[in-house]
Amino acid sequence: MAPVTGTASPPLVEFAQAAFAYGGGGVAVEADLRIAPGALVGLVGPSGAGKTTLLRALLGQVRPVRGQVLVGGSPVGRRPPRRVGYVPQLETIDWHFPITVAEAVLLGRVSESGPLPWPRRRDRAEMEALLERLDIAEMAHRHIRTLSGGQQQRVFLARALIRRPDLLLLDEPTSGVDVRTRHEILDLLSELNLDGVGIVLTTHDLNAVAALLPELVCLNGRVVAQGRPDQVLHPDVLRATFGSEMVVIEHDGLRLATDAPSHGPNHPHHGHLHHGPDHDGAAAAVRGAR
Amino acid sequence: MSYIGHGLSHAILGGAVVGYVTHYSFYVTGGIWGGISALLITGVSRTRKIGADAAIGIVTTASYAVGIALISRGHHFTRNFEAAFFGNILGVTSTDLWVLAAVAGAVALAVFFLYKQLLFVTFDPDVASSFGVRTGVVDIVFSLLLAAAIIATMRILGVTLIAAAVVTPAVVARLASDSFARMLALAVVVGALCGFGGMYVSYYGDIASGATITLFGAALFAVVYLAGLARGALQRRSLGPGSADPDLPAGFAARARTLQDLDIH
Repeated sequence: MAPVTGTASPPLVEFAQAAFAYGGGGVAVEADLRIAPGALVGLVGPSGAGKTTLLRALLGQVRPVRGQVLVGGSPVGRRPPRRVGYVPQLETIDWHFPITVAEAVLLGRVSESGPLPWPRRRDRAEMEALLERLDIAEMAHRHIRTLSGGQQQRVFLARALIRRPDLLLLDEPTSGVDVRTRHEILDLLSELNLDGVGIVLTTHDLNAVAALLPELVCLNGRVVAQGRPDQVLHPDVLRATFGSEMVVIEHDGLRLATDAPSHGPNHPHHGHLHHGPDHDGAAAAVRGAR
Repeated sequence: MSYIGHGLSHAILGGAVVGYVTHYSFYVTGGIWGGISALLITGVSRTRKIGADAAIGIVTTASYAVGIALISRGHHFTRNFEAAFFGNILGVTSTDLWVLAAVAGAVALAVFFLYKQLLFVTFDPDVASSFGVRTGVVDIVFSLLLAAAIIATMRILGVTLIAAAVVTPAVVARLASDSFARMLALAVVVGALCGFGGMYVSYYGDIASGATITLFGAALFAVVYLAGLARGALQRRSLGPGSADPDLPAGFAARARTLQDLDIH
């Protein structure tokens, strides 16, 4: 599997031999990676693999110690690129802060809406249209804490979308939400992607999220593999990514990963198990995996 | 916000004492001292290894200690100096009023033109920069405005009571509103109400004005808090058993929880 390249326009995201270090230490994350315009990509890997670092680099919050980070062909400086929207983890939000849904969403236009404290008419109209589209228009004047998990995620999605981004970055968008909410969020992201918005999200969840995405990047301090789920969800790739043995089950056209049984040859899994490097695409997808 | 207001008021005492000792204007030495303290707190708290609370604790107690050390060397209290500690609203001069008016105007203008940036940085500081907000500049401006407000009102309310004047109106307004814009407007009204009410109590009760303004604010807080709790209890009773969902608190119950998060010292 070759990485997505070769389009006439520059890649939406490019990490060109980029390396990142924390607190004056050695290189902690290396990335040489290209993501095509309009892609929907999941960054997967264990904690500390560098998923959030790559997102922060795209926002200009982390600078590479070598190499380059480019969005739409332009190097990312200290200021965030204009057409990039960001949705943080919901766990980082201060839910007791006095702010309504409308106020939170309008913050997304903070840099474009002029010096006056009240929103411009067109910003307000855009906010209302977005809330309508995301099905939370009736909540506009409610406090953000009084919403359900899915509605809360939509609020922060709306705050990112009001910037009219070409690239949407989401940090663990399905973390801590129930199954129904997770489906709602993934459906919504799929809709946005069909509208032409490039999406890069991080996730820990291999089966409920990563397996459903069109493209994955496996990280563990470096890019281990990049490709479709059926190409990268493979025991060799997962071992190199997560540092432990995993087995892959094929079910209803999806490849699902689970921990390998630690004792004995028998295990309770059903379906078509894939052990070892017997999958055609996987060997090509693995980049430097052991 | 509550802690930085409290801390800065103590830090500025060091500058006030330097002013009295060196016979320079309190506003000059207090202003310089307050500005440096505000910048130090902002700078130190931005280093991720040290939290804002620790930075405020170190800078403000050191600055306060300088004031105490100078007092212990000088052994002379003046009326002005007592005012810095305990406040003296009846001794306010026309210079004080001009300074108050200038600072109030500057703060109002800054809040007007930086409203959205201040709101974003206060609500979601880690994300604000990714939306193009210069968070470092906003932090510094906010700290300097707070320092200016404290310096302008120190001789009226005094170091020990000024934190209440900074925090109480905002907390009362928070209990009454879920919207930041409405809370901001309401806090101004509550602050003015505390000033007028406290002064009347001070005049008729012959009690120190700083104390009565602070106590008036505390009483207002207690009334709004208890009224909200009573309203919440009535709502729960009317909705019947099982209506209280701890995961989705609405209205006053949610706002009251904010108080648990406010680290008021």
